[in-house]
Amino acid sequence: MADAGSRIMTTPPAATAPLLRRLGETHRAPVAFTIDGQPATALEGDTLLTALLLNAGALRQSEFGDGPRAGFCLMGACQDCWVWTEDGGRLRACGTPVQPSLRIVTREAPWPPLG
Amino acid sequence: MAAPRVIVVGAGPAGTRAAELLAAAGLRPTVVDEGRASGGQIYRRQPPGFRRDARTLYGTEAGRATALHATFDGLGPAIEYLPETLAWNIHGGALYVQREERARRLPFDALLIATGATDRMIPLPGWTLPGAFSLGAAQIALKAQACAIGSRVVFLGTGPLLYLVASQYVKAGAQVAAVLDTAPPGARWKGLPLMAARPALLAKGAVLIAQLMRAGVTMRRGVVPRRVLADAAGTRVAGVAIATPDGGEEVIACDAVGMGWHLRAESQLADLAGCAFDFDADSRQWLPRADEDGRASAPGIYLAGDSARILGADGAEIAGRLAALAVLKDLGLPAPPGQDVAALRRQRQVMDRFRRGLALAFPWPAGLVASLPDETLVCRCEAITAGALRQSATELDAPEMNRAKAFSRTGMGRCQGRFCGIAGAEIVAAARGVPVEVAGRLRGQAPVKPLPVAALADDASTLEST
Amino acid sequence: MSENRADVLILGGGLMGAATAFFLRQRGLSVILLERRLVGQQASGINFGNVRRQGRFLPQLPLANRSRAIWGRLPELLGEDVEFLPSGHLRVAYTPEAVATMESYRDGARPYGLDLELLSGNAVRARFPWLSPEVMAGSYSPHDGHANPRLAAPAFARAARRAGARIEEEAEVLTIEHESGGYRLNTADGRVWRAPVLQVSAGAWGGRIAARLGEPVPMVVRGPQMGVTEAVPYALLPVLGVTTKEIREVLYLRQVKRGNIVFGGTGHGPAELDAPPHRANPDITLHQFTQLRRMVPALGALRIIRTWSGIEGYMHDEIPVMGPSAKWPGLFYAFGFCGAGFQIGPGVGDVMAELIATGTTTTPIEPFHIGRFT
Repeated sequence: MADAGSRIMTTPPAATAPLLRRLGETHRAPVAFTIDGQPATALEGDTLLTALLLNAGALRQSEFGDGPRAGFCLMGACQDCWVWTEDGGRLRACGTPVQPSLRIVTREAPWPPLG
Repeated sequence: MAAPRVIVVGAGPAGTRAAELLAAAGLRPTVVDEGRASGGQIYRRQPPGFRRDARTLYGTEAGRATALHATFDGLGPAIEYLPETLAWNIHGGALYVQREERARRLPFDALLIATGATDRMIPLPGWTLPGAFSLGAAQIALKAQACAIGSRVVFLGTGPLLYLVASQYVKAGAQVAAVLDTAPPGARWKGLPLMAARPALLAKGAVLIAQLMRAGVTMRRGVVPRRVLADAAGTRVAGVAIATPDGGEEVIACDAVGMGWHLRAESQLADLAGCAFDFDADSRQWLPRADEDGRASAPGIYLAGDSARILGADGAEIAGRLAALAVLKDLGLPAPPGQDVAALRRQRQVMDRFRRGLALAFPWPAGLVASLPDETLVCRCEAITAGALRQSATELDAPEMNRAKAFSRTGMGRCQGRFCGIAGAEIVAAARGVPVEVAGRLRGQAPVKPLPVAALADDASTLEST
Repeated sequence: MSENRADVLILGGGLMGAATAFFLRQRGLSVILLERRLVGQQASGINFGNVRRQGRFLPQLPLANRSRAIWGRLPELLGEDVEFLPSGHLRVAYTPEAVATMESYRDGARPYGLDLELLSGNAVRARFPWLSPEVMAGSYSPHDGHANPRLAAPAFARAARRAGARIEEEAEVLTIEHESGGYRLNTADGRVWRAPVLQVSAGAWGGRIAARLGEPVPMVVRGPQMGVTEAVPYALLPVLGVTTKEIREVLYLRQVKRGNIVFGGTGHGPAELDAPPHRANPDITLHQFTQLRRMVPALGALRIIRTWSGIEGYMHDEIPVMGPSAKWPGLFYAFGFCGAGFQIGPGVGDVMAELIATGTTTTPIEPFHIGRFT
């Protein structure tokens, strides 16, 4: 393991760099939404997971302190991609189509939200 | 007499063929499916607005995929179709389903479970990092979203899906850093006699591998993976470390890894229905007991497709037909014309031979799993380490997985042990020095998947109060 | 077979039996505990985990107080953590009648040293702002709390074993015989066990065994209905409950520090002595959702991830059986805790050990004597 780091050829993208890479189907209409209050853009037909990971490097922080998470199975089985909305809602990102109204937070906010 | 109430759960290859046959027999089955459209995971459809053709999406299986979609779409009013609906429990002869905030109780005379499978996973150190996905996820990202899981992708694991997904990535223009197969180089020969049962499929596999070689993709067999490496900030995948023959380590740089070791059956509903399970030594997993047509041990329950036996998509179509014919027979209804049960059973047997061959050719590396380092997060939902699980099996004396779960929380999280249960049993078994079947399997607990507290029962009066 | 002889044989390895074994060793008696399956797997393992005195039958409060003191000392006593969290216990009322019940309970509990704080709807919401507007009042017990039932009984059994007790799991007792100088038990594996003293702490199975010993009791078994949500940030500190006469309103919930919210109530399901545990009834699960949202509306945004049930023994008079036999010397009972045994478990073990070792106890337990049924 001593020389592991030195043998990595490519420079890893920054933590916030998008995780996924879009390969096609770029003709679709854009959808504007927000991530942690910042504007972001996706395309109609993107899942929320796709929309988030084309704009960011993770979906959420593990609630048990072991670091960021970005989903795993994309088929609604692993439950790794549940994200919070600003109003305290919960969405499974891999099965939710991105919507213009969505305001997603990737950092754990106080719960429950008190209005 | 009222028409028998038959429910099919799952609208993939098995569920579609079962529904087709039940409808042809004059029943109007209810088809419950979590997807937005039929097809299951293997023939998953891209969302409206996407333009790629079937050949691009499904390759050599384009014909099968489009035929299956057309069959399902053609059923129309001949079935009651409940898409985007979770089947979360079974109780008192009824299936409990939920869609958004509506919860319903659907009584049945026969329930045909065709819920498919998910990737069987090894919880390698680093598998929770952003950029680490299941093989199935890598395929779904491509098929349903036209995305690659990263810019430079390693595929790691074993089984046909490993090579299929890698070749699909190459065709789509993604950069594949390597295909790392944990199967020993000689294993394929062991599987060959059984796999020869389906020569055409074997040939397809050879073509895939040849394509990958021509594309210059690094392919290794007999790989012993050590961990998925993180970048300096610890926030995403930067490589995969594998053991070298001299006892050292080699790192293959990448920004994403797709991992999977064959599939595991989605068998929770069968469990909740009270079906008996047996340990299948070939695939080293517990499977619900079923006869050759798919009758489970619990009355009125039928199993088809990968949720019962991992036979692949075309095997699932056959199993769906056989299970539907069994439903009709048990209900005393005539089968639609042109159904040759004996021929279907023979085909299914051939596919089962192939399945056993695959298990030999692409074996589950049980020893690797058993020796995962203590600091490995085995249960990704609850962030429980292999060390904590081992401690529950040794120091706390848990003899099997459910007790180990109670002590350590392994398998207690949102995914209900789907991704750690099989590996966890290997770890418990090794820690106690017993065969893996003695370590048992995690019992299914409702809900099958997370159920919203916002769900409202259609008929609250069904409450059985004491 | 002299090696299978001890001062005390305990039949049943739930929390009561395991705690009794532990405290008997503290008093220097030799003890063998026989458990049919694994320690703490039945009601002791599947219950809600309430460490609550508030709301108990008043004559049970001295025992509950003694137990509460032990809960506070558990890490040092057992050498392991069973996640006891003295985060308070709050009962809410939705009706004026329930508020009146709370007031009279508060007055009745005070002489026992249990001080409860009654808060108006607005006052209780000021302190716990996530409570729903429907809450009319709250009764707060600051020193109650909760713990992890999956860990408690096994931890007692391990500590007892370290202290010299024999804990025999997978030891199913087939016969119980009186003989000169005590009791002779045969297990399914052919082994024979002897002791001058026998304690029956077999939970839901206690009634069946008592009947075989000539002391039938009126008892039924039921399945508690439990569930748990996904983990969310730790916010609901007190254990929550409802004061009501209406079973369908009886909801209880607690948030563990890791974030999951455990809940139960609003009805029971069936249970059987001779069959595997039933699963939770989904109709009850769905009904619990309405009561969860009613008490803490923010729960409506969450998901549940697991449900379970099990078996608990209920006496017809809702009072446990605890103390010496009315018929046989050297025979003791501790079972039938009516779904409310977890909090008092450590105290029951301590009191039973005292009773067996000294012939008496400083904690009044007369109301629980089996002789009340004859």
